[in-house]
Amino acid sequence: MKKWRISNLYLALVFIVLYLPIFYLIFYSFNVGDTMDHFSGFSWRHYATLLSDSRMISIVLNTLIIALLSSLIATIVGTMGALGIYSAKKATVKNGLLSLNNVLMVSPDVIIGASFLIFFTFLGFSLGFGSVLLSHIAFSIPIVVLMVLPKINELPKTMVDAAYDLGASSWQTLTKVILPAITPGIFAGYFMAFTYSLDDFAVTFFVTGNGFSTLSVEIYSRARQGVDLEVNALSTLMFIVSLLLVVGYYLLGRYNQNRRLQRVKAAEAKINQ
Amino acid sequence: MKRIMTILIIVLAICGLLGGINYRLNAQTNAEGSKVLNIYNWGDYIDPALITKFEHQTGYHVVYETFDSNEAMLTKIKQGGTSYDLTVPSDYTVQRMRRAKLLEKIDKSKLPALKNIDSRFMNLSFDPNNDYSVPYFWGTLGIVYNDQYVNANQVQHWRQLWNPRFKNKIMLTDSARDMLGVALITQGKSVNTTNAADLQAANEQLIKLMPNTKAVVADEIKMYMEQNEAAIAVTYSGEASEMMANNSHLHYVVPSEGSNIWFDNLVIPKTAKHKAAAYAFLNFMLQPKNAAQNAEYIGYSTPNKAAMKYLPKKVADDPQFYPSEKTVAHLQVYRDLPLKVIGKYNDLFLQFKMTK
Amino acid sequence: MHKKATYLIPYLLWIGLFVIAPMALIVYQSFFNITGHFTLGNYEQYLTNGVYLKMTFNSILYALIITLSTLLISYPTALLLNRLKNKQLWLLLIILPTWINLLLKTYAFIGLFSQNGSVNDFLRFVGLGSHQILFTDASFIFVAAYIEIPFMILPIFNSLAELKPSMINASRDLGANSWQTFRRVILPLTMPGVKAGFQAIFIPSLSLFMITRLIGGNRVITLGTAIEEHFLVTQNWGMGSTIGVILILAMFVVMYLTRDRKVKGGRIR
Repeated sequence: MKKWRISNLYLALVFIVLYLPIFYLIFYSFNVGDTMDHFSGFSWRHYATLLSDSRMISIVLNTLIIALLSSLIATIVGTMGALGIYSAKKATVKNGLLSLNNVLMVSPDVIIGASFLIFFTFLGFSLGFGSVLLSHIAFSIPIVVLMVLPKINELPKTMVDAAYDLGASSWQTLTKVILPAITPGIFAGYFMAFTYSLDDFAVTFFVTGNGFSTLSVEIYSRARQGVDLEVNALSTLMFIVSLLLVVGYYLLGRYNQNRRLQRVKAAEAKINQ
Repeated sequence: MKRIMTILIIVLAICGLLGGINYRLNAQTNAEGSKVLNIYNWGDYIDPALITKFEHQTGYHVVYETFDSNEAMLTKIKQGGTSYDLTVPSDYTVQRMRRAKLLEKIDKSKLPALKNIDSRFMNLSFDPNNDYSVPYFWGTLGIVYNDQYVNANQVQHWRQLWNPRFKNKIMLTDSARDMLGVALITQGKSVNTTNAADLQAANEQLIKLMPNTKAVVADEIKMYMEQNEAAIAVTYSGEASEMMANNSHLHYVVPSEGSNIWFDNLVIPKTAKHKAAAYAFLNFMLQPKNAAQNAEYIGYSTPNKAAMKYLPKKVADDPQFYPSEKTVAHLQVYRDLPLKVIGKYNDLFLQFKMTK
Repeated sequence: MHKKATYLIPYLLWIGLFVIAPMALIVYQSFFNITGHFTLGNYEQYLTNGVYLKMTFNSILYALIITLSTLLISYPTALLLNRLKNKQLWLLLIILPTWINLLLKTYAFIGLFSQNGSVNDFLRFVGLGSHQILFTDASFIFVAAYIEIPFMILPIFNSLAELKPSMINASRDLGANSWQTFRRVILPLTMPGVKAGFQAIFIPSLSLFMITRLIGGNRVITLGTAIEEHFLVTQNWGMGSTIGVILILAMFVVMYLTRDRKVKGGRIR
């Protein structure tokens, strides 16, 4: 019993530290004043500024579209890549592919951004939504591979072989056997890709153009004037929405699971009758 | 598999929805027609009300993009792939862009309002004759101090920063030119020196400042000073004016022996596609009332002489931001130095930062 | 497998266009000096100029400290999370903070750690007096670890979740106490997760920037800070690329050292 309490205390502490700066930001989004060091009174003023700032709202929408779409495509390509790495027969090929896969994970963003910029302009690619989307897909793929690959490695070889022996085509094997088994890895990959995309500043900065901007770029370029609390208000709203989404998604999953369980039970009951 | 497909469709649907909203949002602002002006500026470096006013007055739609450093902006313009009609480089960057033939020559007959600019701030070394640039804001490098910890007379001159009583109390700006410049000025040298021995001596002087140095930071310096984190900072007047607005204990000094004077300037890149719009905007921003409104919003010093009378008297007469003729005479503009020399400045500064 | 060529095309295309091409570009650029002439001088400067070697040493040291402290905090967290009832939800809640912009969170930390910040208020309140927290090694490592923790918890959590309860029960039945079970069963079986976390954190930690300036006050200078400066401030892309090449080499070394030695069979299931 005592052990249980200590462990919960530890977890609580970890969560408190993780959320401390976020609550700090949220707290000051209600400040009458303009800075994050002195709370001079409660006000909705920064929220009002935000809602009337159509440029900011448009930037937020851009950011979300890029994040959702790029992580989706990165997840598809990355999963295919992970399957490829898995099926590579030689260890050297496998390790070689993995190393190449990780290059973008370790290169500093500034280098990635600068080299992508040179690359796009070399190809005569117009900078804007398209180039940002491509770059985000590019730097999200490796994390998807790293999330999916362990799940594939766990797949018992016998399972796949059994599917083939039972006459399944390779498409059927993929969709009916492999993908369901690695779904958690795919979701984790999507989630991480989404995170990377939301947070990226340096790469986006270099490859954007023609009026297209994302939230990170906007926040960083405002740093010279000091980030104003309108951004805090925005982060508060985004935080609450994502919290609701996460909890909602989870509850939905649970509800579906329960329903399925009940159906199974009902069926069992019928058989037993 | 079904779950994956469901999620895929949901994500695509959300994207479509957001895209639709975004399109509608932009359609509202685009309604005024296809006359466009692309501005590439520092983040939050113009009063947004002025952009709206400009759009109403002229019917142009302003597309506004932002950057956070001269060099980053330069890289983007140099690489192409974008076409900005106006951007805002600082003095030495104007020179560099001019040399790289990235700038469009300004047709002064189309800029009648250019006469509003103070003649002191025209024809400067980075752009003689102002063929390529129109001054937007100007300022100085100086010392900010907090009167709770420091007396005014202790920080009137650069060399006073080396006073041992300021141990671990000073914040420096993370810029090789600025900090080596301070050391050069205390040694009576030019901030544009290319002499290796002078630079070496300046760096040795700077390294002696390390014990007094609390941190070497950039934009955040404002936040730190507002929060009383350090007693003294070496920073730009623009930054200083912002921190002073939020913390009444802070004051700004431009050492009378000399310092750097900087200019941010409006320029038209060669790749511009809407030059008529760019000229319309330049004339608009040069109008005294607009310049004054912008200066009040941003808090930097305006080079627009005609605008001075629209500024609150307290601002216009403030010697911290509009210093006396005598001090201005001692101020030096950075010239763009040969790349090898800039490399030398940076290597020395890195060496300084690596000293514990 | 069958028809592997077709489904691999997008991935290989990605490797070609977005990995090999940029990498080649970096290697190519590392042979040019600031005035655009071919030279080996960048490498020479890196190897002979004490500043860069010292920086490399510092970076490795700090990255190790950051990674180990992250691991130290994350492993127990992942272990405990795994025992919770709604563990997937809690895991999502661990990742959620990473969706808030990093610069903003850093500013929040500045507010928390400053002389008159909440942490010092608290210290004064409990009678410990105020301290200089910002610009110290401790605060730098703390914030760096803060940023990385979710990326360490995730892989460890996943490998723990795969652990079959029967293994632990078997170990118990064979008379092992909790410590022995942990040491002999849980830890070895979750090593892949730890390694994945190590890879995901150690190398990016070598190239941290921004917080080295904001929280560390540039008293800590990592390779990432230097690259950032060479690309954005000094425009010496050659030297920046040279350090980039060094980082990529470091990545290959780390990958080699933490590689899965039991890829082929031999794995206990």
